[in-house]
Amino acid sequence: MSLPVDVLAAGVAGGTSIMFAALGETIGERAGVINLGIEGSMLAGALGAYVVAVETGSPWTGVLVGGIAGAALAAVHAFLVVWRRANQMASGLTVLFLALGLTALFGVKYVGSGKKLDHAFDVWNVPVLHDLPVVGQILFEHNALVYLGFVTVPVVWFALFKTRIGLLVRTAGERAETLTVHGYSVPWLRTLAVTCGGFLAGIGGAYLSIGYANAWRENMIQGKGFIAVALVIFAVWSPVRVMAGAWLFGCALSLGSALQARGYEVNQFLLQALPFVLTLVVLTVIGRRTLSSSPAELKKVFENAETG
Amino acid sequence: MSNRKTTALLAGLALIAALSGCASASESGSDVKDDAGKGVTKIGFIMVGPKDDYGYNQAVYEGSQALKADFPDVEILTAENVPEDDTAATTMEQMISKGAKLIFATSYGHLDAAVKVAEKHPDVIVLQQGNTITTDVPPNMGTYFGTVYEPMYLAGIAAGASTKSDKLGYVYAFPIPQTIANINAFERGARSVNPDVETITAATGSWCDPSAQKDKAAALLKAGADVLTQHQDCTATVINTAKEAGAMTVGYHADASALTPDLWLTGAVWNWGPLYKQLVQKVIDGTFVGSEFNANYRVGFKTGTNPFVLAPYGPLVSDDTKAKIEAAKAFLATPDGSPFVGPLKDNKGKEQVAAGVVPTYAENDAMDYFVDGVIGSVK
Repeated sequence: MSLPVDVLAAGVAGGTSIMFAALGETIGERAGVINLGIEGSMLAGALGAYVVAVETGSPWTGVLVGGIAGAALAAVHAFLVVWRRANQMASGLTVLFLALGLTALFGVKYVGSGKKLDHAFDVWNVPVLHDLPVVGQILFEHNALVYLGFVTVPVVWFALFKTRIGLLVRTAGERAETLTVHGYSVPWLRTLAVTCGGFLAGIGGAYLSIGYANAWRENMIQGKGFIAVALVIFAVWSPVRVMAGAWLFGCALSLGSALQARGYEVNQFLLQALPFVLTLVVLTVIGRRTLSSSPAELKKVFENAETG
Repeated sequence: MSNRKTTALLAGLALIAALSGCASASESGSDVKDDAGKGVTKIGFIMVGPKDDYGYNQAVYEGSQALKADFPDVEILTAENVPEDDTAATTMEQMISKGAKLIFATSYGHLDAAVKVAEKHPDVIVLQQGNTITTDVPPNMGTYFGTVYEPMYLAGIAAGASTKSDKLGYVYAFPIPQTIANINAFERGARSVNPDVETITAATGSWCDPSAQKDKAAALLKAGADVLTQHQDCTATVINTAKEAGAMTVGYHADASALTPDLWLTGAVWNWGPLYKQLVQKVIDGTFVGSEFNANYRVGFKTGTNPFVLAPYGPLVSDDTKAKIEAAKAFLATPDGSPFVGPLKDNKGKEQVAAGVVPTYAENDAMDYFVDGVIGSVK
């Protein structure tokens, strides 16, 4: 196979975990809450899914439990910032460190080869579509969780922009006082959005542990949650752009591997930095434009942080 | 806290640190008796990780328990998850207070604590696994390790004989000398039976990052490799990725044939038992001080106690290949046997070992180039 096709196909597979997490973060930020603990939700999801998939032999139950674990952690963040009015940055980081500690503690039995997941999700070629030239190889030779990611993008878009609840969530992020006037509870809407976001981040973590690496290891998310938070801004809070950005990041990851495997003499440390450099560059280029289009209530978070 | 208070506190802490430093320094000195450790009845092992990690620490634990059969009167004390800081010294002190006269500090980073404890207790022998004492070796200390590239050379023969694509994939963490020697030996072994074979390398930049392992393993398979091996602490992800693609596996650390029974070739696995037995016997006899073990001791197939051995074969390894591997193993056990007998060129075409020259263990431990046939860069 050719290098570009390999890189793109591997980029789609490698970017899927970030895509789930960034879609989740989009929902929360649309409601006016930034969650730096998304990395923690991914960790909780990765461990929850791995444990359940190993113990029950059912990977789909694992995905569900992974999502619930991610949602539970995000609910803690929502409680702290929405109901206790804690600082959003501080709470997010606290929740992340809580998750790092707890997952390392409870996951220790599942590190290494002690409790093994043999096969979680097999690659399944989509009939007809995978025969398409180029596109078939890039998009339709993956496992079911990658396809679930494809489906989640329009679902999140539809939910946010075409449903009543989506409108309410977005209003909570734009003009919260309007909702109060009409008798809606802004705290509950935000709690709902953040928890749903945590659910998707949990699935992103589950994808890593049982749909990609097929292993559990403490701190296995390795900063992908933070990349997801950055990606949401780069994607201007749009689910479709989140998908594009996640694939771009995935391709930057897979480009390094593909170059190494083909014998190009490139410094490994430079290659490992490439995806992050790319994210920084993109953010810098796009940053100015996005600030004006960010949810109004989200801007307040930063402004309050500066003045208070 | 005010600045003044902080300063006072820091000064106090510095004073305490300085005083305790003096205290431990004043206790050092060479009052080690010639028969230190003689008749030891309690032996302590400290390990950096859990005893059931299916890797490095489990191998240590199994080696320590194997001693019970040879020395039924000796009690074995073990401590798991001992960090590579002063906790290690405290743990060793506790073992000594329980009567241990021989301590195995089994992680690379336990060396500093081991030296400290050895200085403080001239009647105790302290052995460190895997690191090197760069100053004069104290009379009651020693380090020991094996040569893992020897079984990797043998495993390379199995891989070179089994590959259909003539491409082998190697997932590793960092280009450190031990890893470089493993990769080079693997390719040399493969070349010895298959002149066209290449070993493609990909670095994860971590000893255990499963998703990076998946990235690298998948890329190696896409580049055409049909045998994967690795130098990683956790091994399941690479093995599973190979299996899913129908590619063969050469293992590392542990016999993982249960994960991929049909596609398992062989691998380098641990067996500390024989070397531990020799070391313990020497100490019990009271002849450790001044012996070959009272040094930076390195073993290989030549000494017959290499802690790295070849894992059992999988079904794809033919009898012909097994015979070739046995012959190579016999060669490595001869005085001039080595995977790196010259002429040896690096992968840029430069001669690194002249024809007929056999590099020493120390030279192999300092390799900083990939040999001809390895695709990759040590930079």
